[in-house]
This record gives sequence, structure tokens and C-alpha cells, in this order.
Amino acid sequence: MNAPQQSRSGGLSPSRRLLRARGQTAVYLRRRLGSRRSLLAVASVFLSVTLVSADPVFIGSKKFTESYVLAEIAKRALENAGIKVEHRPGMGGTIILWEALRGGGIDVYPEYTGTIAEEMLKQPGASIAQIRNALSAQGIAMTDDLGFNNTYALVMRRDQSEQLGLTTISDLRAHRELKFGLTHEFLERRDGWRPLSERYQLAPSQVLGVDHALGYAALAKGEIDVKDAYSTDAKIGDYGLVTLIDDLHFFPQYKAVFLYRKTLSSQAAHALNDLSNSIDEGRMIRLNSEAERTKNYAAAAQQFFGTTDGAIATPFVSESFRNKLLRWVTRHLELAGISLLLAIIVGLPLGIVASRGGAVGHAILGATGIIQTIPSLALLALLVPLPFFGISARTAIVALFLYGLLPIVRNTATGLQDISRPLRESAIALGLTAGQRLRKIFLPLASRSILAGIKTSAVINIGTATLAALIGAGGLGEPIISGLNLNDHVTILEGAIPAALLALFVQFGFDLLDRVLIPRGLRL
Amino acid sequence: MNALVHFRYVSKRFGADFAVRDVNLEIERGKMTALIGPSGCGKSTILRLIVGLLTADTGEIQFDGEKIAAETIMKIRRRLGYVIQDGGLFPHLTARHNLTLQPRLFRKRCDEIEKRITELCELTKFPSSGLDRYPLELSGGQRQRVGLMRALMLSPELLLLDEPFAALDPLVRMNLQRDLKEICTRLQQTVLLVTHDLAEAAFLGDEIALMNEGQIVQRGLIADLRAKPANEFVREFISAQRGLVQL
Repeated sequence: MNAPQQSRSGGLSPSRRLLRARGQTAVYLRRRLGSRRSLLAVASVFLSVTLVSADPVFIGSKKFTESYVLAEIAKRALENAGIKVEHRPGMGGTIILWEALRGGGIDVYPEYTGTIAEEMLKQPGASIAQIRNALSAQGIAMTDDLGFNNTYALVMRRDQSEQLGLTTISDLRAHRELKFGLTHEFLERRDGWRPLSERYQLAPSQVLGVDHALGYAALAKGEIDVKDAYSTDAKIGDYGLVTLIDDLHFFPQYKAVFLYRKTLSSQAAHALNDLSNSIDEGRMIRLNSEAERTKNYAAAAQQFFGTTDGAIATPFVSESFRNKLLRWVTRHLELAGISLLLAIIVGLPLGIVASRGGAVGHAILGATGIIQTIPSLALLALLVPLPFFGISARTAIVALFLYGLLPIVRNTATGLQDISRPLRESAIALGLTAGQRLRKIFLPLASRSILAGIKTSAVINIGTATLAALIGAGGLGEPIISGLNLNDHVTILEGAIPAALLALFVQFGFDLLDRVLIPRGLRL
Repeated sequence: MNALVHFRYVSKRFGADFAVRDVNLEIERGKMTALIGPSGCGKSTILRLIVGLLTADTGEIQFDGEKIAAETIMKIRRRLGYVIQDGGLFPHLTARHNLTLQPRLFRKRCDEIEKRITELCELTKFPSSGLDRYPLELSGGQRQRVGLMRALMLSPELLLLDEPFAALDPLVRMNLQRDLKEICTRLQQTVLLVTHDLAEAAFLGDEIALMNEGQIVQRGLIADLRAKPANEFVREFISAQRGLVQL
């Protein structure tokens, strides 16, 4: 695959988790036991601190080329300083990265000053010093800028802009017929479309939300006319696009920096700060272009060091497709399987309670229904900041589990409610206890409906598990997201086809299971 | 007291409407009492009160001297047999498993259970080859026979039949009625039969209790009801049904 190497474990490594817990225990013990036992507490703190320092530094990145490349550059810089590093590539979005950084799920990631001020600190127009202070209060430090400004820009096809004589954003005002295709993030950002359109008084007839990479293809084909872009996007050159001049100086500065936790060792912080002022805009566009051309971010990062230090880049050994596929499918099944199992364990009893109706029953069905309506990315963004979640497979499993609940709860409840009154009463009249009635009579009678619910959940989970890749938890979503990001259909299909086959296979497997689990008397 | 079940001023309301109102009723041991009346007269409610599917609002019901209440009902249910229209068999269990379900849960020995099944097959004229069929593979009459066997498995002191033959065609119904009468006479079974069919009540019942609007209007032999109807309703009910028979 062309994406950078993935970490094998989705979340915090078990040792890291354990050690965190041990550190907390030590603090707790010290408070609890006071000075008499303080020796023990100090010893255990010492032990955990020394062991924690052996953990790798976790670098995160957002799901676009430049973020991947910068993360790979940071990785290489830290490795050159003798520090162990792991890169968790392509996480969902600003909020997920930011919460992961604050929570300690990752230690470093590349960000832009404009985003930090506007989105994270909610202090539009803050100076660098103000940003530093505000970050510092949250335990986060920031390097000096890396040497380029990757601000937002609006881009068009060159031929169309020349034909219409458009050079500035203000010029767009006279052309309401132009179709805008903007990324969802840009549509919602505080420094995005809404204030921009107000400032420039733009009211285009059509504004669509389109994925970033897909938007470039749509723009090239003429399906849209104007799109938001980052000023260092490789595709601006590749597709022959022009950047419209921000004549009213609307867009803030988006200087690239690395954010890192203040707990990072001074050695690591040094290595990151050494990268400041080492990449100008032209260079960044070339690195981005290189990464997209070779579909290998690590190689692009190596090129950066190759040309600055003259160091010989080690050849990039790519994993065989079979191995990658096996890894993705295994992880995918792990995510979908564990979450399904949890959904069954929790959903079945909830369904039984819900089948009895009343306020509790309605509350259960209502709550599981509401969960289903939360968009997957939003659910992840809600879960990531919570303690025990963060950037991990665990979070993905919990999200999938929540999505899997509704079909199981609803079908269990309906299946039980649909049992006719005469059968219900016959069971009571036979003198069976409530538990015996449920086990021997009602659950078997509802088995067809319950299994149908489980089957629906399983298929939904296989499909939705692709979102796990948004928080670095792996699975078949990995190539899909990479492919979307690179606008590379083959890579998308590498994930999408196995995911579809898996869903069919699971469906088939459950159809067979029906024959075993649904009593024969009900299948006549 | 020879009566097995006593109703004393029992009332049950659904919302504002009385399903049964101040009912006093004795079900005598060894006899078949037929509870008859038009739809919605409260006859099924009487039966469901005994099984504990409903609880009385006021009044008291005693079974063999014991008050029917939440604490006693589980024990009492084991002494009852309950048969409903179409048998109430569980479709996911074979006929045999429908029969063994209750005795197994009450920890009866396997050989005893088998012996009882053989006895009952003979008694109810159910072919033992049908025991391993599922309810959906049996005819309506066969299902009803299995339903009756299931109710008799633990030799209940009281057999409750709620419109047991209503869904069957006349020929099958006639055979079943005849067989049921024979079985109950042989076992000296105490039975409470709920039906809306006067002919059935007259044929099977040792005694008839006619209900209307939640109350028992008249009790006695069919001849008494015919000869000395207690009121205009009794006269109309009997003549309406007799009219059909005469067709």
C-alpha cells in the first residue's frame, strides 16, 4: 500500500496503558497512605516514570497528504535523534487530533496556526504569543513555524478563470452561476465559507459539500467550478488550477507548526524545533506532489532529509498486498466481531426489558434510536475526549457497538411482543416461572426476529467498521481513506471490495446459522 | 364442603366496565360445570381469574380451601390443567416436548413421564406416531388432543377448558366432544368448561351456569333452564340456540 506503515495496535499499547494506570495508582496510594508508606509510593512512581520514558512517541496526522508528509518528517527527525516513534496516520479531523493530543493518545501532530486560533482556542486573530500561552495552559507546546503558510484559498480551472476574467475572490460576486464544491470542514469552519461569503457578499446559486480529493476530480471534470484548497496542495499544479487572490485579506495565516505535549522529552522537543523554517511553500508543494506521485509518504519525507542532509535514504520496503489484505481483514473482523458480541450481550437483555413496554421500554428504544442518528464521525469525536477512549481500537469498537445495538434491541423487543396472547397465557398457566417462560418458550419463539436483528447488526458493523481507520484503528477503512485522500480508485477498491465481500459472506454465514438456531417447528 | 373452587362476591373491572360482577360460584368435585353465555358475558374472565392470568378487584376465590393470591398461585397452577382453542401448543416444540415441558421442569422422572404419555395417548386416542411431529404438522383435532394430554400430564385436580373446540369442523368436534366426555367420566375429572355453544354445554356439562353481563343468571340442568327460565334473557338465549339446532 502507499500509505505509511500503520501501528499494529489500534490504541495505547497495553504496556503504556498499564503504566499509566500504575502511575495513577501510585498517586492514589500516596494520598491514601500518607507519609508512612510514602517510600513505597515514591518507588512505584519512579518505576513507572522510568518505564514510561521507554514508550515510543506517538505522532498523529490528519487525513490529507501534507499532514501525512509532515508527520513522516517529524518521525524521521525524532528517529534521527535516537527516539522511538510511531505514526498514527490519517485520523478523522481537527477535533479528534486535538482531543487525542490533550488526552495523551498522541504526543505530536502537525497543525496550522490559523486552525489553532480559530478552531481549537476559539480566539480568532490571536498572536503567536497569545496562542502559545493558551496552549501552554493546556499542557501543549508549539514549535516555531516550519517556513510556509498553507492558508485556505479558492481555486478554479485556469481556462475558465481566464475566459471570465476572474483573478480575485471579489470577482466571483458577479458570477452567481458558478458551482461551488466545498469540503464539509470548510463549510462549517468559523474561518470558512459562511464568514467568507458574508465578507465578500457571495451568493452562488449552488454550494455543494464534497470530499477534498474527490472535489479536485470534480473540478477538473467541470462538475464544479470553484473549490476550497490549501495553498500548498500539489493538485493546484497537477490540475492546472489558479488561486484566486484574497483581495480583502479574509483568510488568516495558516503557518505550519508541530504541536506537542509538554511532557515530551527535551531531546524530542529540540528535534522538532530544529525543523522550523526549513520548508518554504515551493518545497512543500514539491514534497506533496512527490508523495502523491509515488503514493509513499515516507519516501517523500526521506527526500526532504536526503536533500537537506545529504543522507542516503534507505529503500522503502513495501508490504506485500496479501499481507496487507490479511492484516486489514483480520483487524476489520476483530473490530466488527467484538463490537457485535458486545451488542448481543447488552442488546438482548435491553430488548427483553424493552419488550415489556412502559416508560423504561420506550426510553431504551428511544435512546438506541437516537444513537443510530448520530453521524459516525460525530460519534467518534464525542467519544475520543472521554477518559479510557482516545485514539484507539477501543473507541472504534464502542462506536460500532453503539451502532449495532438498535437492530438487536428492536428486533428482540418486537419478536417478544409479537408472541400471541394465547401462547403467552398457556406458558403462564403451565406454572412456569418467568425465567423458564423466557428461556424455554419466549426466546425460542422470537428467535427468528432476534437473529434477523443480529444479522442486520453484523452487516451494518462490517460496513461501518471502515470508519475505524479515521482514528487510526486500522481495518479495511485504511485503504479506503487513503484512496479517497489520494483520489486513487484502485486503492479505494482494495478496501471497498473486500468489505463488500465480507458483508456478503457474513450475511451468508448467518443464513446458515438460522437453520441451526431457529427451531425446526418454526421453519415449517 | 364438596366444592373445589369457591367464588365469593368476585368482581373484576376493565376500566369502567365490569367483566364480572359480584359472582358467587362453586365448582363441584368430580363434575363438569359448563359456563355458557354470549360473547363478552365474562365467562372467560372467570376462568382466567382461576388460572391467575387476572386478579380479582374485590371478593375472594378459594381453590381447595386456599385463597388464590400472588403467593399461592404458582403452587395452585400445578394442580390445574388449562386448554384453550387450538390447544395452545408451542410451535417450536414437538408434540412430545410440549407434553414433557412441564413435568420436566417439575423434576418428574423420565420413565414416569414416558409411562404417562403412553397412558394419555391411549386415553385421548392420539397415535403415538404423531408425538414427534411439530404442531404445524398436526391436524386441528390432533392438536387439540395433544393440548388435552398436556393439560392432563400431571393429573390436575381441575381441568379448565376455554372454548376448546370452537375452531374445529363439526365432525371432528363431535368426535372430540364424545371422547372428552368419556375421558372425564373415566377419570372422574372436575372440569370447568367455557363455551358459547348450548348444545356442547348440554352434551358435556353435568350442570350449566348461564352468564350475562358479568353475572350468573341461572344455574342448573339444561332441562331446568328450558322448563323454568329465570328471566327473559335465559328464555331468549335458549330458544335462539335451539332454533339453530332444529334447522
